[in-house]
Formats: sequence, C-alpha cells, structure tokens
Amino acid sequence: MNSTSTNLLEIKDLAVEYHTDEAVIYAVNHVDFSINKGETVGLVGETGAGKTSIARSILRILPMPPAKVVSGEIFYNGNDLLKLSEREMRKIRGNKIAMIFQDPMTALNPIETVGFQIAETIQQHNSISHAEAHQRTCEMLEMVGIPGDRFKDFPHQFSGGMKQRVVIAMALACNPALLLADEPTTALDVTIQAQVLEMMQSLKEKVETAFVLITHDLGVVAEFCDKVAVVYAGEIVERGSAEDIFDRANHPYTLGLFASLPKLDATEKRLSPIKGLMPDPTDLPDGCRFCDRCPNAKDECSKSSPKEAEIAPGHTVKCFFSGGN
Amino acid sequence: MLRFIRNRLLMMIPIVLGISFIVLLLLEITPGDPAKMLLGTQATPERLAALRAQLGLDDPILVRFVNFLWQIVHGDFGTSFMTKRPVFEEMIMRMPYTLVLVGISLAVSVGLGIPLGVYAATHHNTWKDNGAMFISLFFVSMPVFWFALLLVRFFGVELRWLPLSGIDSWQSWILPIVATSLGFVATIARQTRSNMLEVIRQDYIVTAKAKGLPERKVIYRHALKNALIPIIMVIGNMFGLLIGGALITEVIFGIPGLGQYTIAGLTGRDYPVIQGSVFMLSVMFSLVILIVDVVFAIVDPRIRSQSGRKKHKDQKDGNKIEENTQKIEA
Amino acid sequence: MVTKLKKTRKKSKLKDLWRRLKKNRLAVAGLIVLILLIFIAIAAPLLAPYSYSAQDSKASYSTGTAEHPLGTDKLGRDLMSRLIWGARASLEMGAIAVAIAAAVGITIGAIAGFFGGWTENICMRVLDIYQSIPMLLLCITIAAILGPSLQNAIIALGVCSVPGYARLMRASVLTVREKEYIESARAVNAGNARIILQHIVPNAMAPLIVEITMGVGSMILAGSLLSFVGLGVQPPTPEWGTMIAEGRNVMREHATLALYPGICVMLSVLACNLLGDGLRDALDPRLKN
Repeated sequence: MNSTSTNLLEIKDLAVEYHTDEAVIYAVNHVDFSINKGETVGLVGETGAGKTSIARSILRILPMPPAKVVSGEIFYNGNDLLKLSEREMRKIRGNKIAMIFQDPMTALNPIETVGFQIAETIQQHNSISHAEAHQRTCEMLEMVGIPGDRFKDFPHQFSGGMKQRVVIAMALACNPALLLADEPTTALDVTIQAQVLEMMQSLKEKVETAFVLITHDLGVVAEFCDKVAVVYAGEIVERGSAEDIFDRANHPYTLGLFASLPKLDATEKRLSPIKGLMPDPTDLPDGCRFCDRCPNAKDECSKSSPKEAEIAPGHTVKCFFSGGN
Repeated sequence: MLRFIRNRLLMMIPIVLGISFIVLLLLEITPGDPAKMLLGTQATPERLAALRAQLGLDDPILVRFVNFLWQIVHGDFGTSFMTKRPVFEEMIMRMPYTLVLVGISLAVSVGLGIPLGVYAATHHNTWKDNGAMFISLFFVSMPVFWFALLLVRFFGVELRWLPLSGIDSWQSWILPIVATSLGFVATIARQTRSNMLEVIRQDYIVTAKAKGLPERKVIYRHALKNALIPIIMVIGNMFGLLIGGALITEVIFGIPGLGQYTIAGLTGRDYPVIQGSVFMLSVMFSLVILIVDVVFAIVDPRIRSQSGRKKHKDQKDGNKIEENTQKIEA
Repeated sequence: MVTKLKKTRKKSKLKDLWRRLKKNRLAVAGLIVLILLIFIAIAAPLLAPYSYSAQDSKASYSTGTAEHPLGTDKLGRDLMSRLIWGARASLEMGAIAVAIAAAVGITIGAIAGFFGGWTENICMRVLDIYQSIPMLLLCITIAAILGPSLQNAIIALGVCSVPGYARLMRASVLTVREKEYIESARAVNAGNARIILQHIVPNAMAPLIVEITMGVGSMILAGSLLSFVGLGVQPPTPEWGTMIAEGRNVMREHATLALYPGICVMLSVLACNLLGDGLRDALDPRLKN
C-alpha cells in the first residue's frame, strides 16, 4: 500500500461523523484506501457499515449538516479533493469521478427527459454544441442497451432496470477516470440484476474507467472485482486481491461473512450467521469493533484496537490474531 | 394532450350544473319572501301572488332549475330587484375591476412569494430563514380586512400618499392590492420553502450535484422546478380565496367590482343578483382551476397520461397522508 | 391483552409526540397562548373589570386612564373588558365550527374511503362540485341567507369547511385500510361498523390532528370576517370582528378601537398556526435535520 504514481485515488485517514441533536454517529473511522487506474475494487460490508459515506465524501456530496468530515485527505491525481474550492470540485464531479446511486427509481429527476439529464452532464463539462451533446447522449444510451430514440422519454416511462441503465449512461457520459457504484443492483429484481451486471462487466472492458463497487453481495464482488476491502463499523478490517479474500480470508468477520452464505454443495442443514449485531455507531466499543461478535475474542481485544498488518504482499488484516501480528 | 383538455372540459359540465343547482337550492331554503321584499310589507296578498307567479317562484324546484339553466344559456340572469337593471349587463360591467384586483394580487403574491420561499429554503436554519418565516406567519394569521383598514388609516389618512377609496387612477389600486396580496405572499413563500426543503432531500438532487452542476443549476433547474409543481395547485386554490377576499376588499376600498355587487345583493336579498354573481364567480374559479390543471399536465409529464384533476387531486391527498403516516410510524 | 398492548403503545406515542413538541419553543408558546385564551374566555366574568355593556357616560373615547387602561368607545364601554368578553365568541366560533366540519367531514371521508366503489365516487364528485364554489363566497352567502347571528355564522363556517376534512380522511382511510390489522379484524369476523369505529378511525385520525389545529385558527379568522360584515355576532355582544367594524367608523380619530381587537384575532390565529406547525414537525422527525 505504498503511494506510487499509479494511484488514481488515495484516501488517507478519512473520518466522517454525523452530528444530530441526540448523538454523534461515527460513520467512517480513519479509513485508508487507494485505487489504481483501471482497477476494480469492491467495498464489501453490511448495511450501515459506512460504505456509502466513504463514496460520498470522495465526491463531497455528503449531506452537510449533519455530516462532517473530521479528518483525512483524499488525493485524486495528487490533489487533495477535500481542499479544492467548490468551483474546482465541480470540474471533478461527473467529469473525472462519477457515481451510480443505489435506487434508480429516485435518482432521476422525474420531470426532465432522460436525454436532457444525460446531455446536461455532457454540456456541463465539455464545450460542445447542442447537437453534438444530443448525438453523444444517443450513443451513450445505445451503449447501455437503450434505443437512442428514447431520448425524449421521461423516467416514469422506463422500468427499474432501464432506469439504472440510464443512470449508468449518465455516469459514463464524460468518460470518467473513476466510477463509484453504490449498490447499483440492490434495488433491482434478481434477473434484472444479472442483466445490469453483465452490461457493466462488458462496459468495463470497453472503457478505461476504474470502478469502486460498493455492495453487500459477495457474489457480485467475486464476479467483478480485482481487489476487495471489507468494511465493518466504519473501518476496513481486511483488504487484498480478490483471491486473497476469497481463498485466504483471515479476519474473523470476513470468515463469518463467507460462513453465513448458503452453499449449494453443503451437507450441513443450517446456515451459520454471525451472531449479534453491528455495534451502535453512536457508541463504538473501545477495543476491536468486532470483539463482541468475534468467536476468538480474548481480553486484549476489548482493551485496545488492533493495527492493520500485512500478512502477505497486498493482503492486510486488522486483527490481533492474524498471521502478521 | 388534446384528449386531456377535452376530458377536462367535459368534467366542467357537471360542475357548472352542480353550481347552478346549489345556488338555486340556497335560495330555496331561505326564510324570506322575495316578492314581499320587492313590494314592501303593505302589499296586498293578490299583488304578492301575482308577482310570485310572474317571477316563477311557485314552480317546483326542478322546473325552476331548468328555467334557470335555460336563461343562463341565453345570457339572461334576470333583473335586479333593487336597481331594476339586467344582472348580466351589470356583471359584465363590473367584472374587469374584480379581474384586475384578483389578477394583479395573484401576480404579486406569486412574484414575491416564490423568490422569498426559495431564499428561505436556501438559507435553511439561519436567522434569515427563521426571521422571514416568523414574519410571514404574522401575515398569514392577520385578518385581511383589518390590515386593509390599517393601511388606509396610515397611508391614506396619516400620510395622505394614496387615495382612501374608489378607483380614479392607478394609485387607487395600490392599497387594495397590497392588502389583498400580503397574506398570500406569505402563504406562497411558506409553501415554496417547505416544498423546496422536501425536494432538496430527494436523491435526484444529489444526482444533479454529483454530475458537477453548479449550485445555481441544481437549485433552479432541478429543485425549484419540482418544488413548483405543487405550488401551481396552491395558486389555483388561492384564486378561490382571492375571490372570497375580493368581496370584502372591494367593499372596504369602494371598488365597483363583482364582490361589492354580491355583498349588496346579499344584504338586500336581491335574488337574481345573488344567483348571478355566485354563479359567475364560481364559474370563473372553475375555469381557473381548469387552466391550472392544463398547466399542471404540461409541466408534470407523470400527470399527462391520467384523466384530469380528479385523479390527481385524490392522489395528492394520498401523498399527503402517506407522508403523514410515515412520520407517525417512524 | 392485545388491547392493553395497543393502549400502552398509543400512550407512549403521545408521550413521544409531547417530548418532541416540547423542544419547539414557538409551538409551546402557541400552546400557552391558546390555553391562556381558553382560560380568559371561560373566566371572562371574573377577569373583566367591567361588564361588556356597562356604559361610562363621563368617559366617552377616553384613552388609557387608570380606570380604563385600553380606553373606551363612544358609549364609554371599557375596551379591555370587551376584548376579554370577545374571546368567548371568537373561540366558540373557531372550536364549534371546526367540530362540526371535522365530525361531518370525517364521517363522509371514512364512509367513502372504507366502502369505496360508487359510494366513494358519488361522495368525491359531490365534494368536487361543492369545492368549485370559492369557500369564503359560499360561507358569506350561507351566512347571509340564514340571517345574521352567532349560531348561523358557526353553521355557515362549519358547512363550508367540510370538504377539506372529508378529503383528508378518505385518503387517510385508504392507506390504513390496507394495513394488516384491518385484515386480522376481518379475519375474526368483526362487523363493518366495528372495524370502522374501532380500528380505522383512530388509526386514520393522526394526520388530521394538524389539520384540525390549524382549522381552529382559520375559523377564528373567517368568523371575525363574518362578524365584520355584520353576519356574525350581533351587538351589543362583543366579538373581535364586530369590534373592528365598530371601530372602523372612527378609525381617523380613535384608531386603537379597531387596532386592539385585530391584534387579538391575529394572536389567537398565530397561536393555532404555531402549534399546528409544531405538531407537524413533531410528527415528522425527518424535518429536524
């Protein structure tokens, strides 16, 4: 994890909190994370683990207030995004870094045509004529498998899967270097999920875009990602190549995630879920965040927090009992 | 779109019929006898009976209803008991005054209310927002006629800047329009603000931001346009309130419009005048609602496929409830 | 057992609502003003220094003396006493008119929403026609035709505002109707009346609370208007709208006679609006951030 010039994006020590009347929610707790050009990284974790907050702080579209970036730096091509002016940031959003949102039903403006919404992005970032933007929009629509003549249709005239394709077309419209996909298939039917994933897979081969794929679905990760980071309670507890994680998972939480998956060839009759719930993000435990649920927890786990340790080149784990510690 | 307008026009028919019937029914249940009012208390029973027959007051209500409709179709609203002048002519003469009063007040309310609401919403939770909303609540809670009197007292009597009453020049319009529209400026501002706050939380606003659009475009192109859709509905309903308000404002400021005419008719129990003006004002209101619906359908692509206000209105009630129940369950 | 559970749940819901409402200072202020007004209206004979009709012939149009802190009118009647007595008629109009409108509206809405089909269709289309007459116009017309009196003004106000409540209730019932507990009530063979009264109405009422609170305010406002044009409370009984009308004639010399009653109307309506706003926010935790 040394920062080299190949790093497209590098997040250092990012921490995000939500301040409400009642309490402070510690959503992202000092996360380091990086991605190289053209790479696909999966961010895996339960709902509420802080994955979306990480993605949104990259684009600086967290709802502020209540959200607050307490510490950290986010380097994109060597510039700290968090220090850019709003004006400079706008040139990044949608142009260099784009995002696909979880729910395509609500992600599109209901009273504008889909064509307008895509063309608007293109025209915002490129000084091209109306006709050219229109042309490019139709190409984008075709690319995601929607006939270009549906340019003038409104979002409510599309099905959920089609809407997500529109959202993807919109995100890719300016050839971004990095695409943040926040649970892009969660809100869709299973069959549609497969179609959209397949389409994204083939797009990935066509464009030179790096992907951050946020999901709680290990299957999607297996299919899609070069590298994986497992997020738990606002921290990255294990990271490595897809093979590292799938074949040589080391952190008890990651192991638990795999154990809780139903297996087709399994002889055992019951699933084995991870017991307990994720800790309350307003009141995180002092030691290891996972210690209450960990089958191998020892005394020291509840006292201090383990450091991230490299157990194999590129494979790090945040646990006292991993090979590295 | 044409089909939508046609359907919507067809829906006007039962509404106009209904209005006529209600107007007739209102007078049916009235204790007073119009013939007696016309002839005075000294009239002989014979003369009363003759006049009643002449006015058609003895016929069953359905016959009178049909007669009434027949007359309306011919632009005949009868003759005023008091002035002996044809009601229709009088109404046409007075109509422009009411339209100017209501129209300009509406324009002022919308023109000031929407920017004010956007301003408050974009400065949410600052003293500017809180201050503007608190002041506007005062204007919403104020009796319009009382405010009108204060305006007259201050600008007319104290400062002698503006005429007290009657319509002689354009200055005469200033006080009535200010009095009528201030409360509605506040209403629209509050409504715009809360719609904006609701819309700004929507996912598509985040999408718009994530696309790299400048704040200005996010707010005006994406948020405001969506927030204004329910405002169009409010504007339609406000027209009805403005017509009601015009009754009083016209009396206070001595504007010779339809409102003043209606009040005169009501105090004098002048049946044809009451019938005519209630009918006229209600039909005006329905027409405005019709226009509002068409505008609505133009602005909101989701409505276009549906067949009119009825569905939309019911749906709107539903949304309101849905929100409320969610809140309660949350 | 089940009903007991439900009751405690409801209680905690109310408690929750109160806890959230308490934080909204403006809403609490509105509530206090309203309670104060109700108290003043009830205790008017004890609070008012003079009877509302007592004339002090030596003190016609006096302004702010020790005996008459807010002054007197032409007949030498004490303005403050009349304002205090006036709270009665105004609040009466607001409360009873809303009660009538809400009772009738909720019944119609509940029936329309529960039975659906042609019952609903007829109800809604009749309401459509009803609502195409501008409300204030209808209200003034009804009040004028019935003849000027407090009672008739209340009837006119109530009749005019039925459609709003009916619409809201119907929509509310439509959402509640689909809930599981209605299904389970049906499953144990409960009758329609029982389902409506015991299950649907209480659960569908919540969204109407805000509407009713604000409704009292707008009825006070509309009521003062009716009185102002001489269609409401008749002199010498004091009512704020009537007092403004009386003060209007001497506006030039004695502006306070019309000023104070107007402020009273504004304060009471403001109180209702603040409380209504607060209730809405308290029912919607999302709006907080």
